[in-house]
Amino acid sequence: MAKHQLKGGKKTLTNSDLITVENLIKYFPVYSRGVLLKKQVGIVHAVDNISFNIKRKETFGLVGESGCGKTTTARVILNLIEPTSGEAFFEGENIFEKFQSSNKKEKLKLRREMQLIFQNPYGSLDPRMTVFDIISEPFVIHKHVPKSQWKEKVYELLELVGLEEYHAERYPHEFSGGQRQRICIARVLAVEPKFLIADEPVSSLDVSIRAQILNLLGELQERIGLTYLYISHDLSSVRQISHRVAVMYLGEIVELADTDELFKKPLQPYTKALIQAVPIPDPKAKTMKNVLSGEVPSPINPPSGCRFHPRCPIATEKCPKEKPKLINKGHAHYVACHYA
Amino acid sequence: MTENILNIEGLKTYFFTEAGIVKAVDDISFNLKKNESLGLVGESGSGKTVTALSVLRIVPKPGKIIDGKVEFNGDDLLEKTEKEMQKMRGSEIAIIFQDPSSSLNPVYNVETQLRDVILAHQTVPKAETRKKVIELLEVVGIPEAETRMREYPHQFSGGMKQRVAIARALACEPTLLFADEPTTNLDVTIQAQVLNLLNDLKKKFNMSLVMITHDMGIIAEMTTRIVVLYAGRVCEIAKTHDLFERPRHPYTEALLAAVPRLDMKKTLRIIPGNIPNLIEPPSGCRFHPRCKHAKNTCKEKIPVLEEIEPEHFVACHEWQNISLKGERKH
Ligand SMILES: Nc1ncnc2c1ncn2[C@@H]1O[C@H](COP(=O)(O)OP(=O)(O)OP(=O)(O)O)[C@@H](O)[C@H]1O
Ligand SMILES: Nc1ncnc2c1ncn2[C@@H]1O[C@H](COP(=O)(O)OP(=O)(O)OP(=O)(O)O)[C@@H](O)[C@H]1O
Ligand code: SF4
Ligand SMILES: [Mg+2]
Ligand SMILES: [Mg+2]
Repeated sequence: MAKHQLKGGKKTLTNSDLITVENLIKYFPVYSRGVLLKKQVGIVHAVDNISFNIKRKETFGLVGESGCGKTTTARVILNLIEPTSGEAFFEGENIFEKFQSSNKKEKLKLRREMQLIFQNPYGSLDPRMTVFDIISEPFVIHKHVPKSQWKEKVYELLELVGLEEYHAERYPHEFSGGQRQRICIARVLAVEPKFLIADEPVSSLDVSIRAQILNLLGELQERIGLTYLYISHDLSSVRQISHRVAVMYLGEIVELADTDELFKKPLQPYTKALIQAVPIPDPKAKTMKNVLSGEVPSPINPPSGCRFHPRCPIATEKCPKEKPKLINKGHAHYVACHYA
Repeated sequence: MTENILNIEGLKTYFFTEAGIVKAVDDISFNLKKNESLGLVGESGSGKTVTALSVLRIVPKPGKIIDGKVEFNGDDLLEKTEKEMQKMRGSEIAIIFQDPSSSLNPVYNVETQLRDVILAHQTVPKAETRKKVIELLEVVGIPEAETRMREYPHQFSGGMKQRVAIARALACEPTLLFADEPTTNLDVTIQAQVLNLLNDLKKKFNMSLVMITHDMGIIAEMTTRIVVLYAGRVCEIAKTHDLFERPRHPYTEALLAAVPRLDMKKTLRIIPGNIPNLIEPPSGCRFHPRCKHAKNTCKEKIPVLEEIEPEHFVACHEWQNISLKGERKH
């Protein structure tokens, strides 16, 4: 298990995109809690006009501030919530249209092909089900594995994620966080997906297990040709696993580049601050970091112009007035900043 | 001399499951000085959370504290009645949970939840609780607190939920705070703020802090002393600086080597093998099946925690032999 090591970024990729996202917008209305009338008092600009593509067998990293819209992006792509506007394509086919069509079989197939590993391995496992039932549940729904093979398949999946056969008869609460995340991954793999969204899959795990799960994801990518959208605020793991990275801030993409390029030459001030804020595992290191000041801006009333301007150390008069466009600065390094 | 606010001695907490007895915390001892920031680290499943839950006496079934002492300001908490403990929790000792949704009730809006905590422990005039709730939310950096306190946990992103959970833990100004992965779901710039916040609040309320985290970066920045757990036992205790400079236990050493660094893209060093089965834990030193320094004695004898230099404790039969070549260079 986990013999495979990630090399990162050095993979030859095919030209065709597995996922294409175009001008995606998701707003949530905010209501007042009046006794008689529920009045809309604002809009959360959770995802605000973002576009990107994910190539086959690529790992696309999505990083950014808490509440910037990463999970919402994932949920919209998976059609767990409806977009406000914009499109998303899976293998060239319009995801939202497909989910609206009445073809049940097609819908189920698409559901199977795109899977989510949850941010929170605690809430996503039914405490009354054994691990065996949890992992074999997709077989009931999708009927892609004959019952005679369930046991064998479950054991195989347990082995794949580094658990043991005797774990099959136990219940989720009997496991620690890291073990539960492995159960989640085994369940997700049970449906044999093509595209996996991993939303903070390792943030609750310790470093040695984190390394194992990251390597496991890499190994699975090689073995079964999975494509990932990897969502995390942990920059080290994003760097480790992603081929390309997009940085989100308040619903918008502010920088997008190849992983090495982004970490070596970040151009957008928020990206720079983000990289600087990572704690250094060395007590001797001078902690001279510039902690970004300012409130977390509200996605209900996002700042005008460049949304980062109230916290930006180099903002000028222009920044609150004009929204910087996401521009290719060469080598497919996209940046949204007037002064990058 | 600073006195200890917390003294844990020989703590054992087992889970009596159908499959067998899970020895989650098995003879753990350490102390916490007043105003100290202590780090509790260790592999997933090593017993960090259960240790914290044991101190608060909120170990879920089928778990039971079966032995040991947990002295809080000299009083053994394990001898207190449940009613006395209820008073302690929240007002004296509080915890920020690993999973913020487990400390927040999805059915009530944020204001109600914070108000209930405040009213459970203090007699505050009704009119003032709202002011206090807004204040608390502002302290933890929730923008537009007055509007957002009317919302429900599911309307908050992970990071904001964690801030609410911190606000909830601080509502009654505890003197001892367990922070169990308090920044797990946060973006690093916000993490930096929350850690600063915790440090400030710690000073402001004169709190002692037990910081539970996997992030050795946070440990390096936030704590002055570290307790390393492995499979329900303590394997090393040292001042933060010493532990990073001269780890003496092979597990600590491997742990530090597995830490990813942003400035280096490298293959991650994995600690080989699996998390030990705590129903039938390995004999002798519980780390021996995964330890590259293990000798025969390691399989047979449980290593005791020895003070090898002032305030540096190690439980390893081989520490002397390893330290000769294992000196970390800088
Ligand atoms: N159902 C909902 N109703 C109202 N607002 C919502 C809802 N779901 C999300 N939001 C808001 O949308 C914004 C984006 O949330 P999202 O969960 O996508 O953030 P995130 O980037 O995943 O954050 P985190 O890193 O904390 O998980 C937040 O302001 C959040 O409060
Ligand atoms: N309710 C329970 N029933 C049975 N075993 C349990 C229960 N709760 C915890 N355990 C076991 O106790 C051990 C310690 O768990 P604990 O949650 O303290 O680990 P941890 O160090 O906090 O890990 P993590 O870093 O993953 O949060 C684990 O082996 C776990 O499987
Ligand atoms: S006691 Fe033995 S097995 Fe345990 S850590 Fe030390 S050398 Fe390794
Ligand atoms: Mg999220
Ligand atoms: Mg824990």
